Amino acid sequence: MSELPELLFSKSHEWVRIDDDIATVGITAHAQEELGDVALILFPEVGRVLQVDEKFGEIESIKAVSDLFSPIAGEVIAVNEELETSPELVNDDPQAAGWLIQIRAFIPMDTSELLSAEEYDELVMEH
Amino acid sequence: MKQTPLHDIHVAAKATMVDFAGWSMPVSYAGTVSEVQAVRTKTGIFDVSHMGEFRIVGPDAFNLVQSITTNDVSRLQPGEAQYSLLLTEEAGVVDDIIVYCLAPDSFLIVVNAGCLQKDWVWFEKHAGNFPDSALVDESDLTSLIAIQGPDAVRIGSLVLGNEFTDLQRFQFALGRYNNVPITVSRTGYTGEDGFEIFCENRVAEQLWNALVKEGAVPAGLGARDVLRLEAAYPLYGHELDADHSPWESGTGWAVKLKKGDFTGKRQAEIRRQQNLNKLVGITMNAKAIPREGCIVLDANSESEIGTVTSGTFSPTLQQGIAMARVSIDRAAPGTDVVVDIRGRKLAATVVTLPFYRNGV
Repeated sequence: MSELPELLFSKSHEWVRIDDDIATVGITAHAQEELGDVALILFPEVGRVLQVDEKFGEIESIKAVSDLFSPIAGEVIAVNEELETSPELVNDDPQAAGWLIQIRAFIPMDTSELLSAEEYDELVMEH
Repeated sequence: MKQTPLHDIHVAAKATMVDFAGWSMPVSYAGTVSEVQAVRTKTGIFDVSHMGEFRIVGPDAFNLVQSITTNDVSRLQPGEAQYSLLLTEEAGVVDDIIVYCLAPDSFLIVVNAGCLQKDWVWFEKHAGNFPDSALVDESDLTSLIAIQGPDAVRIGSLVLGNEFTDLQRFQFALGRYNNVPITVSRTGYTGEDGFEIFCENRVAEQLWNALVKEGAVPAGLGARDVLRLEAAYPLYGHELDADHSPWESGTGWAVKLKKGDFTGKRQAEIRRQQNLNKLVGITMNAKAIPREGCIVLDANSESEIGTVTSGTFSPTLQQGIAMARVSIDRAAPGTDVVVDIRGRKLAATVVTLPFYRNGV
């Protein structure tokens, strides 16, 4: 099995894993920690076309609600339906099993605004 | 920021600390949902030392307390406590409080941390009319630890001894822990049985650790807010404020208009008669979380009928719940309503409060 592609990060605290033209998107470990126990996710409809930084949904914890922004442009091809019954997966495993949506990315892909893991860690440290 | 005597314990337990009314307080330890579940199924322990304690003593103490609080203090025997309100002259709410009768001439008033300074000024102002009373702010000398849950009385009795086991709800007793005076009260704010323990600061850490050792699970302000909302206890600044009367805030029962005169009584009588709003429970019909400030609409006409005062996702009911102040003609349990949650108009139902209480 080949290694999974590395994660890229948005300044609005989403991660994206790009595998060929399929982009899997979630919220970062830092973001879920800030949010607390996740109770509910408002997903986009499959088939919806998203621009970079377009709001695609909302994630709610007991105490707060946060908007979700797409790190990549493309068409939503799947949402993580397991989260409808087990939203706690976002807390338990935010950067794998707690993924939110999959996007078929438009090619050419614009990743110029996305951060590496090191750059994202720096961003978090500054706050 | 002010710190309670238990601050170091919270930090060592890796609690998430937040600023609450000028205090550095734990919002959660292991996570709000698991803390709520611990309180509902076992026992949780809360540091509520930020709350204020005023002592009123002297021959005029009873008359002072009776004249500035809404509940009837003459119903209290020594060793009994009651929920009560302080009202403005316009019958808005200054604060909600617990009045403890220590002796016929000695009372302890517990006030909200966020209202403490305002309340103190207000008490001092009214105390001027009762020269034979003395007012003491004991807040900085007093720690307050709450243990709440189906197992709380057993755990409390293990640590404190059996002398408090037979207290009834809203009764309290004085005792000692490691030879330091404590006051143990069968009260709480979670909808569960349990104790609230007042103690001197020097023994707070020891008492906390002993209760945790017997199985009480540390719980933060996040869990406390969910629990009190499930149990439909109003919170100052949300359900209660100076702009709304007790009858709009679910606390009219604590205003005894038949007792003698008290601050705000004249307007209270008028506002009770003219009241057009009621505090109700609302559950969302589908998965959604109503939040404070969301507008409540009539299900048919979609005209505005009220506002959410507190909302959350209830881990106990697995449902979005809220308390809301709505027009009294739309307040009957079973009424279909719509809640506007950030632009989405979602179906909901008015329900009887509380959402959940376990025998209290």
